[in-house]
Amino acid sequence: MLPNIEIFAPNVVPKEEFIVSGHRACQGCAEVLALRLALKTFGRDTIIAMATGCMEIISTPLPTTAWTQPWIHVAFENAAAVASGIEAGLRILRRKKKIPDKDIHVVAIAGDGGTADIGLQALSGALERYHKFTYICVDNEAYMNTGIQRSSATPFGASTTTSPAGRASIGQQTWKKDMVKIAAAHNIPYAATACPSYPFDLIEKVKKAKMTEGPSYLHFLSVCPTGWRIPSETAIKYGRLAVESGVFPLYEIKNGKYRITYDPEPLRPVVDYLRGQGRFRHLTDEHMEYIQKRITEQWEGLKRLASLK
Amino acid sequence: MKRGIEVSLAAAEAAKLSRVEVVAAYPITPQTHIVEHLSELVADGEMDAVYVTVESEHSAMSACIGAAASGARTFTSTSAQGLELMHETLFIASALRLPIVMAVANRALSAPLSIWNDHSDVMAARDCGWIQLFCENGQEVVDSIIMAYRIAEDNRVLLPVMVNLDGFLLSHVVEPIDFPSQKEVDKFLPDYKPLFTLHPDRPVTMGAYATPELYTEAKFAQEQAILNSLPVIKEVFKDFTNRFKRKYNVVETYNLENSDTVFVAMGSINENIMTAIDELKKEKMSCGLVKIRLFRPFPFSEIASLLEKKKNIIVIDRAMPGGSMNGPVFNEISAVLRRYDVRGELYNYIVGLGGRDVLPDDFISIYDEVTKSKKDKQKLKANYKVIGVRV
Repeated sequence: MLPNIEIFAPNVVPKEEFIVSGHRACQGCAEVLALRLALKTFGRDTIIAMATGCMEIISTPLPTTAWTQPWIHVAFENAAAVASGIEAGLRILRRKKKIPDKDIHVVAIAGDGGTADIGLQALSGALERYHKFTYICVDNEAYMNTGIQRSSATPFGASTTTSPAGRASIGQQTWKKDMVKIAAAHNIPYAATACPSYPFDLIEKVKKAKMTEGPSYLHFLSVCPTGWRIPSETAIKYGRLAVESGVFPLYEIKNGKYRITYDPEPLRPVVDYLRGQGRFRHLTDEHMEYIQKRITEQWEGLKRLASLK
Repeated sequence: MKRGIEVSLAAAEAAKLSRVEVVAAYPITPQTHIVEHLSELVADGEMDAVYVTVESEHSAMSACIGAAASGARTFTSTSAQGLELMHETLFIASALRLPIVMAVANRALSAPLSIWNDHSDVMAARDCGWIQLFCENGQEVVDSIIMAYRIAEDNRVLLPVMVNLDGFLLSHVVEPIDFPSQKEVDKFLPDYKPLFTLHPDRPVTMGAYATPELYTEAKFAQEQAILNSLPVIKEVFKDFTNRFKRKYNVVETYNLENSDTVFVAMGSINENIMTAIDELKKEKMSCGLVKIRLFRPFPFSEIASLLEKKKNIIVIDRAMPGGSMNGPVFNEISAVLRRYDVRGELYNYIVGLGGRDVLPDDFISIYDEVTKSKKDKQKLKANYKVIGVRV
């Protein structure tokens, strides 16, 4: 996909680090990698409002911090509301010439629980109010920080500590909530999915989000070796498998127009993605077929949306 | 010059005079007229501020936290359920030491749903680390909001301030109010110059977490801050009194000096108690009143010295104890008397829940009851009495 990557990569990825070493993320955490790439792209003039969750708890035990950009954590469900306030504050202070006249980008960051569950209302409000900010959902598909409890973004069939697979249950019994469509339904100018296994695609999307006049929404699939029960050195591989199987397509919605940014066709079988992950190991062939059918349908649906003129 | 105005509108005008820069609020009865007028002032360009129409009170306080952290002077207002919905973030605003000012139009808590006045909302939020002022009339509301910013933004304080005004009883009445001029307010209340803000030129981390090795120290430091705010509050009250010729104290009194029996109360109900005291005077009976203007930090030594040598101390609560032995204000007073070895007889009356009218006559009856025969007093001392309840 990317020939001669070692030659041009250093020129594409900014060198400055905004989440510095010493943080306490698990080995192989793709979530902190995704944020590292995103924050490099946003650059120095950025303010982060972060929800409670893995990224908050790995980075800021008093009196230390891993963030070199201005950063605030308030609570679990309100990253988007806090970002709204920061954006409003900067706007008036700039208008009144109390701070230097330069663009500062406000970024709200929350996990899938902080976005699709408890923070959905605050997010909806902030998108509807059309603040100029970027909201990033770092989706590791469960409440990993508290010990792998299911969220509404947990995929069908996954065994978590509150949707355990057992004799009477296959684990998570509901399909993953489609947050990107929910965000896009607010008629925001830009929404996209990304995965740190595809760093240049991610960086491009962050650039577009930053340039957007109004709210933008980014949804990062963040492979979690601890929660998905996979070896820590396979995080990048599973991100790729998620994309190549159509489980997590890379696409963007710009002013309502869908575009698939990486076409993985022909799709790899979903089994390649599911098998090997501890959270899916109880699934039978029938279960996997059932999931395959749904994933194929979703992929075809997305292709139809992307082909609309 | 005094101007007849609804107190809610006056509260909004006070926020304007304070040159508030960000308002984030969600409508709830009986706070609505405050935020409606603020949005009018912004819409008409009379107030150079951003009004964030948040989708809940939780987001209102969250947005206020974000705005205050960015360095903007921030205002919000709420009531009852709204205050409870933002409960979680109240503690965070004070712990992050952000000088937000909030007007609370006090209202009863559900269930049963009641839009009318009592103090159950603020009493449920009394230990959230905010400085809390209680207002008796519209003039106090206006003055308190302006003073609240001076107090909150003082570098020796840096804490949010809640200005309590009784819903409907105060928020919806029209009163003659003296507004200071913008020039006078500007002199009294200089621009907000925060010590730390969220800005890339000087990046800081706000809202880090603490392990058991540090949490106690963090909370201890915060507690010192609210305790140390008392002399600053007194200083600001004094400066305001000198400039605007309206007297403010953390605790105020009425007819206290030669009275053996005294009421202790907060908010607009004080006016009815004073009317009752005037009535009693006509009958050659003497009764006093201690008005708590500042509830947090609780001015304990001031209250102790005022209640010294009083025979009967009647504490008025506007909220149910919720299983406690007494109402919340009573518990404070009781602790003060014990600590300072003040030996009056204590009585606790719970009145005016969910908008139930409390008339001067009710206070005269209470006075009669506690100054009656010894036998009846024993009964009263046991616990508290709810006035006017049909059982």
